[in-house]
Amino acid sequence: MDELPIQSGDDVVRVRQHVRVLAAQSGLSLVDQTKVVTAASELARNALVYGGGGTARIEVVTSGTGKNGVRIDFTDDGPGIPDLDLALTDGWTSGGGLGLGLSGARRLVDEFELTSKAGVGTSVVVVKWSR
Amino acid sequence: MERVPILKIGSTLFVSIQIDLQDETVIRLQEDLAEELVKTHATGVIIDITAVEIVDSFIGRMLTMIGSISRLFDAETVLVGMRPAVAITLTELGLSLRGVRTALNAEKGLQLLNGSS
Repeated sequence: MDELPIQSGDDVVRVRQHVRVLAAQSGLSLVDQTKVVTAASELARNALVYGGGGTARIEVVTSGTGKNGVRIDFTDDGPGIPDLDLALTDGWTSGGGLGLGLSGARRLVDEFELTSKAGVGTSVVVVKWSR
Repeated sequence: MERVPILKIGSTLFVSIQIDLQDETVIRLQEDLAEELVKTHATGVIIDITAVEIVDSFIGRMLTMIGSISRLFDAETVLVGMRPAVAITLTELGLSLRGVRTALNAEKGLQLLNGSS
């Protein structure tokens, strides 16, 4: 597993590039690579902007049926998300954005798990499988 | 931080994005373009994203804003060269880039600008 820090805009770019490499390695199509890299970009930015920085753990995984995929675990030690359902609503934003980051990222991946605890931080784990 | 160069050809400003965009770079481009529009009185802006591998919600919002800002300076913006995978991803993400005109490539974008001016 590769662990990358998310402390600056440069780091967000590095996370994207790393996800791209592992997504290609796990045999994802170009469109699926683009989707998971875009989702990673949204989630890395969230960790930076709302979580005050965090970590991305990226790895190639294999499913029970033998499919390969890429799994990314984003964690931050930020304030946490008080209302998860609200945060996952299209168009809802706590910042100045479009409110498509979390909800959009969820649509772009196959598995999406969001856990958050007030005062402790937020973790988002996503997986994109090859077809 | 890297900067995206802006070229003036005739009455059009050309921007070709050849780097992996980080948020600060796009914000800087927005400011640089506004200044160039005032300085050059250009009537059109072509943004070439042929080399851009992903457009996420932030970059997409900034591109839409560049279109709106240009309009305030009486210039039309055309986004050209979007990759198919980027178009599919943007749509699934829920971004429509409303208000920004698009063309398949720079040549068609220029035709669009010349036809509309």
